[in-house]
Amino acid sequence: MSQLLILWKRFYSLFAGVQAHWKSMSRVQRLSGYALAVLALYLAPWWPKIPGIGWLVNTPGTQFSTVLNDQVIIFVLVALGLNVVVGLAGLLDLGYVGFYAVGAYVVGVLTSQHASLPWIVALPIAVLVSMLVGVILGTPTLRLRGDYLAIVTLGFGEIIRISAKNLDWLGASRGISDIGKPPSIGPLKFGVIDPKPYYWLGLTLVFLVVFCLYRLEESRVGRAWTAIREDEDAAELMGVNTFKFKLWAFAIGAAVGGLAGAHYAGKVGFISPDNFPLQLSILFLAAVVLGGSGNMPGAILGGIMVAWLPERFRNFTDKRVLVFGIALVLVMVFRPEGLLPRRVRTKTAMRTSSDGKEVAQ
Amino acid sequence: MPDWLIVRTFWDLTVTGLALGSIYALVALGYTLVYGVLRLINFAHSEIFMVGTFSALIASTQFLNIPLLEDGNYPYRAGGTLVLFLVFILFAAMFISGVGAVALERIAYRPLRGNGDAFGAIALAFLTAFVLGLIFVNETKANLIIACVGTAPISYSYIRFFKKGKKAPRLAFLISAIGASTAIAEAVGIWGPNRREQYQTPRILEKKVLFKALGTDVRVDYVIVIVGALLMLTALTLFVNKTKLGRGVRAVAQDAETARILGVNVDLIIVVTFALGGVMAGGAAMLFTLVYDQSRFNIGFILGVKSFTAAVLGGIGNLKGALLGGFMLGLVENYGSALFGGQWKDVIAFVVLLVVLMVRPTGILGESLGRARV
Amino acid sequence: MTNEVLLDFNNVTMQFGGVTALSEVSVKIFRGEILGLIGPNGAGKTTCFNVMTGVYQPTQGTVMFNGSDITKLKRYEITQSGIARTFQNIRLFSEMTAVENVMVGADARKTSSIPASLLRTKRQRTEEKESYDRSMELLALMGIADRASDAARNLPYGYQRRLEIARALATEPELLCLDEPAAGFNPAEKQELNELILKIRDQGYTVLLIEHDMNVVMKISDRVTVLDFGRKIAEGLPQEVRENPDVIAAYLGVPDDAA
Ligand SMILES: Nc1ncnc2c1ncn2[C@@H]1O[C@H](COP(=O)(O)OP(=O)(O)O)[C@@H](O)[C@H]1O
Ligand SMILES: [Mg+2]
Repeated sequence: MSQLLILWKRFYSLFAGVQAHWKSMSRVQRLSGYALAVLALYLAPWWPKIPGIGWLVNTPGTQFSTVLNDQVIIFVLVALGLNVVVGLAGLLDLGYVGFYAVGAYVVGVLTSQHASLPWIVALPIAVLVSMLVGVILGTPTLRLRGDYLAIVTLGFGEIIRISAKNLDWLGASRGISDIGKPPSIGPLKFGVIDPKPYYWLGLTLVFLVVFCLYRLEESRVGRAWTAIREDEDAAELMGVNTFKFKLWAFAIGAAVGGLAGAHYAGKVGFISPDNFPLQLSILFLAAVVLGGSGNMPGAILGGIMVAWLPERFRNFTDKRVLVFGIALVLVMVFRPEGLLPRRVRTKTAMRTSSDGKEVAQ
Repeated sequence: MPDWLIVRTFWDLTVTGLALGSIYALVALGYTLVYGVLRLINFAHSEIFMVGTFSALIASTQFLNIPLLEDGNYPYRAGGTLVLFLVFILFAAMFISGVGAVALERIAYRPLRGNGDAFGAIALAFLTAFVLGLIFVNETKANLIIACVGTAPISYSYIRFFKKGKKAPRLAFLISAIGASTAIAEAVGIWGPNRREQYQTPRILEKKVLFKALGTDVRVDYVIVIVGALLMLTALTLFVNKTKLGRGVRAVAQDAETARILGVNVDLIIVVTFALGGVMAGGAAMLFTLVYDQSRFNIGFILGVKSFTAAVLGGIGNLKGALLGGFMLGLVENYGSALFGGQWKDVIAFVVLLVVLMVRPTGILGESLGRARV
Repeated sequence: MTNEVLLDFNNVTMQFGGVTALSEVSVKIFRGEILGLIGPNGAGKTTCFNVMTGVYQPTQGTVMFNGSDITKLKRYEITQSGIARTFQNIRLFSEMTAVENVMVGADARKTSSIPASLLRTKRQRTEEKESYDRSMELLALMGIADRASDAARNLPYGYQRRLEIARALATEPELLCLDEPAAGFNPAEKQELNELILKIRDQGYTVLLIEHDMNVVMKISDRVTVLDFGRKIAEGLPQEVRENPDVIAAYLGVPDDAA
């Protein structure tokens, strides 16, 4: 592990070197760099075919592009949304799967169960409804502090799942099938066999979400969230309408979760309450913190890891969950702020003084 | 439904609700103690409970040679043997759970407090080597050998890492707890006596009706559970309020920094806290098997969530609150199931929690081991 | 200093369970003055701040600011109406940079929220720039602009204290409340801070200053109010207060631990 750590540090300094080089490049060079990276991401379904290094990413047992869409995209979206709530605003949400479920179920209900709207129409409705549910849940609960919020949100996730399981209107435990698919555009056919179009759609959604969240982060809103996370009382005394911004964080997180759910439902075509267990919330949270809570690239990395690693290492399928648990402990012990901690930019000396307190009162 | 039947059902539900509530309460104590002292939701506490149920099983079958089930004949014991056996099983569960909780703290939490020691380093090194080995070969014996060989060099570097003494943010503790919880449950699911299947615990206590009250048959196991829970809570309260260590627990809960300055050995107090929580969970586990005769590797999760809910309901950090919350949750679940159907049980529990927190944001009795900060 | 009452702390009592932290305290603050609030440890000075800024609801009494009752307002509304404060125990947003800390304060006067930030409207961009420029200006005023982009927790202690003042000023207050801003400073640093406070006052802010060090208070305050055991025991010009026997008794009775 220490070797691994050293390896990681090497990688990291390499990364920093690249970053420095990056900054010294001209605008045109940089733009073309971005374009290449984006292109590479859209070509990801073919990565395993790259001679020499393809096996590194390949997922034995499951088609790579299926993993890309059904696991990676979903987890990345969810991690991005949850990162707003947990990482930025510091609100511990253990029931995030609830919003994911709401998104999926709205699409299910509107395209199959009770109406037959096209997926593309149901999608924005799903996002809005998720957002609304976020507001409805947040309004009474966001006055609660830290861990009280955690248990209440956890309960919320369960309430959603149990309701879905027991309400015939939502298909009960049978679930909802024949969910509408995204409309085909020219050669892009959203069918049941080829997952690639879904991946491309999902990746586009990820870019869209990243773009929006980035704008929010780098604004008064993002500052308000961070201030609330750092010291809620102080933030309010500095004029931040904490309740309003917490509610926004909740609503935006919920919207992104709902978006992920809607995308998922459109791809798989069938959902049932069993797709939304409480444990999934925990997994989502693990993804965010593992990657680096409060840091978008970190959250994305965390989402990718949690989604892809289990598919990559298939030779110990029976012990995957065990390994996941142990890995969580190890990462938290040795990299407690995640693999890509927030704020790499400033000096990070003087973490703690000898007595563990930063400043004497 | 005739009136007498409704009433009867009501009292039935009350008795079973209190029994279930006792289990919640005992497990909730562990959450509350650790939360009070470390402000940490010890997510893995539920697994300590689960391990307790398995300890009870092994104590009965391996040490007391109680057969699982003899052709439909229960291996009942009576009189002194029964009492002796029950006490032995209880202590076994308490002991293993207590030790487990302390080990958990050493491995999964203490290193995050910037305080990791050799024990934690060795255990983590072993786990690391085990996981790395799995990438190459998946065969338990081979993995164990690799793990043992790898432990020494890896733990050396871990100890050096621990010397840096970095303190982790709060979220990291929670994730570490979740990781430990997952790992323990899975380990039992993979190597435990009944793998991933549910198992029956041998029933040595004949569940006779002890007495009738308010038209309800009160079974002996329910009485034992409720009385046992009350006794354990009393013992714990006495310990926390009357002993030196208990004072330490309260001091650290109030303000760890000040306590440290005043000469309290905070690390020791944390160990004591985890041990107490573990012992209570072990007791709960034994009582649980007594009433429900079963367990499974993943039984902890939901029960843990419920117990934590109970702790919050009563006021987390508050010992009496845990009891009150446990009983209340047990009763609410039972009454609620009867009224709306069993499938809505958890929904009712959480709705009640929500309503209570709306009215009293820090639980019914409020936080007490610690203090609410402004 | 004018005769216009900016803040009227009217007959306030504050009880915590059995503890009476303030009993029937009345204080008037005039626009443009520096009012020193002194008293031994535990006298209730910080509690005064907490009541004024809405952290606590007083058990009894009202707080009038600019002629309107602010007792029932939410904390952020009080700040937006023009009262800003610092904390006795530094409470910066430790993972944000210095300038971001100040910008949070400046944002109190801004309105662009989620939609505007998503669309990056012209107005939003102007506001961002205003916030940033004003914050840098304030950091420069406090003499800490050189570490504007360091995380607050990495700043030296003296910088952190001054950063708190900058953050409070950024909310464009009419009344600035400083809670022991010089705690832990050496005499030279105290002197520097005094000059800063005077400078701030000369820019038109009214200052309420809690300070332990009598010398500091006496030197820069226009008037001084003394609390002891939650009661106001004296008020007046520094010279009068210094000679007040009650004050002398209160201070002699308690060792001055901050000097
Ligand atoms: N939240 C609180 N709960 C209970 N007592 C408090 C609280 N805040 C302040 N007090 C009490 O009020 C008194 C005044 O405290 P404070 O205003 O902090 O004094 P100081 O003049 O040193 O700033 C003290 O006795 C303190 O213990
Ligand atoms: Mg004070």
